[in-house]
Amino acid sequence: MGENVKLAFIVQKPQYKGETSRLAITHAIAYQTVEILLEDGELVTPTLCFIGEGVLGLQKGQNAMELYGITSTESHIKNTLLVDLDVLICKEDLVKYGIPEDALPDAEDMGADKKLQVVPFAQIQKAMEDAKHVLFF
Amino acid sequence: MGTLTIGCYPGLVGSMAYDFALKLADAAATKGHKVNIWFSGNATGSVKAHQKHLKDYSTGEKYLTALLAKGVEICTCEACTVARGILKTEGIEKIQWNAMHWYLAKIHKSDRVLLIGGE
Repeated sequence: MGENVKLAFIVQKPQYKGETSRLAITHAIAYQTVEILLEDGELVTPTLCFIGEGVLGLQKGQNAMELYGITSTESHIKNTLLVDLDVLICKEDLVKYGIPEDALPDAEDMGADKKLQVVPFAQIQKAMEDAKHVLFF
Repeated sequence: MGTLTIGCYPGLVGSMAYDFALKLADAAATKGHKVNIWFSGNATGSVKAHQKHLKDYSTGEKYLTALLAKGVEICTCEACTVARGILKTEGIEKIQWNAMHWYLAKIHKSDRVLLIGGE
């Protein structure tokens, strides 16, 4: 049986401050196709976590396509749920910035059962401890 | 000896983090470690061939070519690269072009992973 390498993608910058926050999401989604480059049974399992200012810009109702002609972070987040990624949002930081949990998107309209998980930071820390590699964006 | 994979995101010009990533890769390869470099975001602009090495600016090509000669595997995110107007035919020889899963696959085989910079 091949190794299942767990990764923690930690997004700590808001999407409007740089490109890497968005790249964290797309890189995490790429786990869906990594098997074509691995041996049988080998897996990569990312957990995508948003902490600090990284929780800014996750709200639903974004109009990036209409206004800027680019895919919104909301749309990328929906795709993570569609491909069954575990996405953890730091509860304490949502409270800090006054973002209610019901402002976060889901992907029910795309048929995804997976939901964003608003969790205490301790759970995100556990995801980092469980991961073989932690990548900070 | 171990395997090190570096994700490099900052642009060639305007950030010293790019230079640091390449120097670190060189040091690790010189010590005998297997090194992989993944370019994403603005770092992908550095894979264009025929860079003129002006003394006042950072340069990528000279050092990338040297790293390739040492056996370092370098891959650029194809989508990020073509989005910056660089075609594969214009790229530095032997630099690979692939998608983000290349990076994840290299991470799978790595002892250490570093993600450097990024705007």
